[in-house]
Amino acid sequence: METEYLITLHEFCAHHNIEISFINSLQQTGLIEITTVEETGFIDSDQLQQLERFVRLFFELDINIEGIETITHLLRKINSLQDEIKVLNNRLRFYETNE
Amino acid sequence: MTFIDYYKILGIDKTATPKDIRTAYRKLARKYHPDLNPNDKDAKKNFQQINEANEVLSDPEKRKKYDQYGKDWQHAEVFDKAKQYREQSSDSGGTWYSETQPEGDFSRFFESMFGGSAGASRSRQVKYRGEDYNAELHLDLLAAYKTHKQTLTVNGKKIRITIPAGIENGQTIKISGHGGQGINGGPNGDLYITFSIANHPRIKRQENNLFITADLDLFTAVLGGEITIETLNGKVKLKVMPETQNGSKIKLKGKGFPVYKNEGHFGDFIITWTIKIPTNLTDKQRALFTELSELKYNT
Repeated sequence: METEYLITLHEFCAHHNIEISFINSLQQTGLIEITTVEETGFIDSDQLQQLERFVRLFFELDINIEGIETITHLLRKINSLQDEIKVLNNRLRFYETNE
Repeated sequence: MTFIDYYKILGIDKTATPKDIRTAYRKLARKYHPDLNPNDKDAKKNFQQINEANEVLSDPEKRKKYDQYGKDWQHAEVFDKAKQYREQSSDSGGTWYSETQPEGDFSRFFESMFGGSAGASRSRQVKYRGEDYNAELHLDLLAAYKTHKQTLTVNGKKIRITIPAGIENGQTIKISGHGGQGINGGPNGDLYITFSIANHPRIKRQENNLFITADLDLFTAVLGGEITIETLNGKVKLKVMPETQNGSKIKLKGKGFPVYKNEGHFGDFIITWTIKIPTNLTDKQRALFTELSELKYNT
């Protein structure tokens, strides 16, 4: 049943016209996880959007794997800061309207 | 519709070589690419402009046409040639992706000159995921208190969503598949709804706790008694302890806001007492207060 949500690496690479070595490099840096079922590599559909983003950064913008790793880290940090800002804004709103 | 200077957008001059164009495009794309600027509408708009400029200037035929007719785009000949070009055009091999691909992302200037969006001229049947949509939904505190359904109209389509109790102001939820339609059979994009929750006139919220300031008359504060407080979930009768101080707080456990996606769990309801000093005292009251005051200093 689980394989319903998995996409074979072969299919993904053929669709995007990319080498499987690119996916392997992403896996080695921990940017994506590959699931192996009966010696076939799959990616979870939850990771698809993220993986397509990596493909675009690499092939469209000429950003290497190290760059993608850095960008991903910084985007996560931005996300977490945005969440923090949201919480602080709500807290500030509480005190402002309490005056 | 105004003329768009694609050279200016890419920051190059008319003598730029294909390599110069590619370099300028890459440099700007790295700056404004939506993948690097999530939820930044200005960056997205800039990226669409540089994409359009690149689409024209990196294609020798389109560039030639643009250089020849660009400023006089209203000339009928341009339309004829554009039409002819559109029929003959095949995939120019650029790499595109869902977020910049949907119809309407190219300016009217581009569409007039080159006959429709770039996507329309491509013969390669590549599947693209549809665009993600962002929307803002305004609720009041009471609406956010209870799980309820709402019908929204997104791009002319009605969708019914369930809003779970306890949603936070500024929180964004994803409705999968309700964004822009996928291209060539690609999956639809997602709809992101950000909630804006208005303040309640009497009750303040901080995460899952609710706060109010309640008035307490001096006599109840000194002698104790009962008072009825209205929460978001109905009225609650409270016992006031004798000698309650101004500014002191009491906590009603579990009477606060529901915890998001954690059914049956609630924050607390915190009441801060404001003790009201009586005014317009009668002579008798004044005399009794004086007596009380003297008693205080004599003990």
